[in-house]
Amino acid sequence: MTLRLRTLRTCLVWLVYAFLYVPILVVIVYSFNDARYTTEWKGFTLKWYSALAANGPLVDAALNSLSVATLAATIATVLGTLAAICIRRYRFPGRKVLHGCIYVLTVSPDIVMGISLLIFFIAMGVQLGFWTLLAAHVTLALPFVTVTVLARLAEFDEQLIEAARDLGASEWRAFRHVLLPLAAPAVAAGWLLSFTLSMDDVLVSFFVTGPTFEVLPLRVYSMVRLGVKPDINALSAVMFTVTIVLVLLAQTLTRTRRK
Amino acid sequence: MTQRRPFRTASIAVVWLWLGLFALLPNLGLLLVTFLERGESDFVSLVFTWDNYARLADPVFVRILGESLWLAAASTLVCLLIGYPFAYAVATARRGLRPWLLLLVVIPFWTNSLIRTYALIIILKSQGLASNVLMALGLVSEPVSFMYGEFAVFTGLTYTLLPFMILPLYASIEKLDKRLLDAAKDLGASSLRAFWHVTLPLTLPGIVAGCMLVFLPSLGCFYIPEILGGAKSMLIGNFIKNQFLVARDWPLGAAASTILTVLLVLMIIGYWLSSRRVALRERKGADTGAATAGRTPDATHEDGDGMTHGAHDARGRA
Repeated sequence: MTLRLRTLRTCLVWLVYAFLYVPILVVIVYSFNDARYTTEWKGFTLKWYSALAANGPLVDAALNSLSVATLAATIATVLGTLAAICIRRYRFPGRKVLHGCIYVLTVSPDIVMGISLLIFFIAMGVQLGFWTLLAAHVTLALPFVTVTVLARLAEFDEQLIEAARDLGASEWRAFRHVLLPLAAPAVAAGWLLSFTLSMDDVLVSFFVTGPTFEVLPLRVYSMVRLGVKPDINALSAVMFTVTIVLVLLAQTLTRTRRK
Repeated sequence: MTQRRPFRTASIAVVWLWLGLFALLPNLGLLLVTFLERGESDFVSLVFTWDNYARLADPVFVRILGESLWLAAASTLVCLLIGYPFAYAVATARRGLRPWLLLLVVIPFWTNSLIRTYALIIILKSQGLASNVLMALGLVSEPVSFMYGEFAVFTGLTYTLLPFMILPLYASIEKLDKRLLDAAKDLGASSLRAFWHVTLPLTLPGIVAGCMLVFLPSLGCFYIPEILGGAKSMLIGNFIKNQFLVARDWPLGAAASTILTVLLVLMIIGYWLSSRRVALRERKGADTGAATAGRTPDATHEDGDGMTHGAHDARGRA
């Protein structure tokens, strides 16, 4: 590659990173700015962060989100992993349909999932709130877990399982002692990704939760609509940091030095 | 299947039960609602009608649909034009560097898009960063606002969805057998021709997947127009949301949402066709490659070169 092309390439890469990161970094910088209305720098402060902690409804919403996300991620991980194993290991009628379903669900628009679940829950006469949100988030995250675990399962030798089965292990024991340990990093990564999905989701949550159960993204949504506020800057900074930590964890898990 | 395998049966049953109950059934319900009449006391009344689809021909909705498709197409195209060279650059960067470069795309991918949309307000608003930079450069003499309007929505869509374009592109470019490009060049193709006839067709599945992950969400995601576009901005996502939560006209909203589903199906077919073509080409390529290698023992130089590349690739992928 010629030198000019190389420079051009480096420039492009950095420009894109700048495009992706500058807005977030600006928000983080402003979250420490001691000024309520202007974008001028008026000195360093942590008061917007303490304002967050004192914001009752926001803290409640965050706690709600945490409980839904933890539970939804756990259920989605169990079901998603099972789905991946069924698709990879077993031959059964409808296997291809299941595989197709999983892929379609990962790309299908969230808003369609939101309204279809809303219709479903109302038709079933279920009160919108914690349970409906939980079911929706599990459904939202499940296919992503399956895809993550499938990618991992594709890498290892099918014969290991066959060997275990030949040695008399039941399907469950083979799963428990051979398959699961091998797939564990992907399963854990799937959990983290599901957790993040649930914590971030606006489009589905918007339709399937009721007024009695508010979650963080929806709370943030109603705050953000009112324009720029320093406490939202602080909140954004916190959420961004949490995302980085989760992504780093998930990445380390999926990239466990395969030789 | 004579032996009983409780674990297998239970797994398959549980997975199907969940997906059937919370994915298939709701979507069937949605489809059903598009054929029902709007209810007086309930949300829908059980009367069959085609009317909801006919109501979509309303000029107001047609304008919203046109505007949405235009904005979504524009941001998808811009994401592709930025994303492709970028993904290519990352996929061909030094091997040790690649995971880190990629990680910097994955982080925004997983960051709450609401937060990222909000971050854009600070850049685009009057006396925001964009305006300050332009003033400092002397391009404008007084503060300008880029907020509230088509441009802000377009920027918002491009900004939030760019990582969704880059990741599938990267995956398909990284998988690309670089030896094919060397072969094309050895046969005298210019870089442009090699790109057009080799790289582009082989990475087409990635392009389609990326476009799918940008185009569909940009139609459905109602908060970006609401936050950045202001009150006037109304895209199809906002229309659907309003039918469900404000106008309480479920059948109309449901009918509008089938447009998204139809687009989804079309794009999935496009993806399927393009990846099938790539698979066919690869199989054909492998066959001819093997045949040539067998027939021309004197081509050791090129072959050896190819082998090195191949080994390199294999190491990277393992």
